[in-house]
Amino acid sequence: MANLKETRTRITSVTSTQQITKAMKLVSATKLRKAQGAITQMRPYAEKLKAMLGNLSGSIEDTSLAKYFEEREVKKVLIVVLTSDRGLCGAFNSNVVKRTKLILNTKYKDLPKENITLLFCGKKGFDLLSKLGYKNDTTFRDMFQRLEANEVFTFAQSLLDRFTNQEFDRVEIIYNHFRNAATQIITEEQFLPVDSEEFSGNGGMNNDYIFEPSKVEILGDLVPRSLKTQVYKALLDSFASEHGARMVAMDKATDNAGELLKSLRLAYNQARQAAITTELSEIVGGAAALNG
Amino acid sequence: MHLDIITPDKVLYSGEVNAVQLPGAKGSFEVLNNHAALISNLEGGKIRVKDAEGTHFIEVTGGIVEVLKNTIIVLT
Repeated sequence: MANLKETRTRITSVTSTQQITKAMKLVSATKLRKAQGAITQMRPYAEKLKAMLGNLSGSIEDTSLAKYFEEREVKKVLIVVLTSDRGLCGAFNSNVVKRTKLILNTKYKDLPKENITLLFCGKKGFDLLSKLGYKNDTTFRDMFQRLEANEVFTFAQSLLDRFTNQEFDRVEIIYNHFRNAATQIITEEQFLPVDSEEFSGNGGMNNDYIFEPSKVEILGDLVPRSLKTQVYKALLDSFASEHGARMVAMDKATDNAGELLKSLRLAYNQARQAAITTELSEIVGGAAALNG
Repeated sequence: MHLDIITPDKVLYSGEVNAVQLPGAKGSFEVLNNHAALISNLEGGKIRVKDAEGTHFIEVTGGIVEVLKNTIIVLT
């Protein structure tokens, strides 16, 4: 029964692994709650923006805004890939990577590789996708380390600018949409050009507003603001999804470690008992031999 | 009248107020009770809020204000 010691070592090692996964689960649960709080926090903002846009939508065809709606021939594409900075969160990152590859190999397979830029938020995406031969943009890779509205708005502004400067003809965002802690829905969203349907609103509900300085100028502020909020929402969603995914993954890992421990303990006890039995029978046998 | 100052991160102010002075795109203006419905751009600056406790200043970096039926909402 040489594996007695072996089993004992394995039990110790699995126990400590279980402790780690348990701790990670707890940490993720706390972070998830925080991330969910951030989503709830921004909801009134987003809703109010939408309501205001609805009130104003009539003049959306104005020239100063048309730049966000302009459908150009797609020659240069920017794909924003939202992943996490760390692993151990189940299929969270691989889902994003899979979807990105799918899009690259279907929708954009006819574009030359140097015309497609991948912009990464989160290290994992960079690790897994940066070597495919497309252009990489890592300016905002560490976005998730400080997820604040100001930072995100700067980031979103840069996306808007690069689109209106014709640096890109289309901007897409691929991220995990947060449904609940256990469910993430992988989502690809065309960010720019904006689908004008989205902004059509109700239009009719006009409360005889006074517009200062003018409807057009207010829209000029409101539309980009709402677009930036969209980006912020995607980032928050991805962040919450990450922690949800990690929590579930770590919960499963803890359970699995528990199962493993159970069977290891059983094997250990069996081996121990067998050793005792052999020893006993040896003693009995020895005594019998002496008396015989 | 009720005032809400909301950013995507948090609610900066929410409560009953007597008067609000806002840094409008075309100059500062004040909103009192029963103001007509209004939507305006805001520039960066301070919002002066007069409520039951006195006067507060809240700094914003531009935004949009909507005044409707004695409810003021500032998105910044």
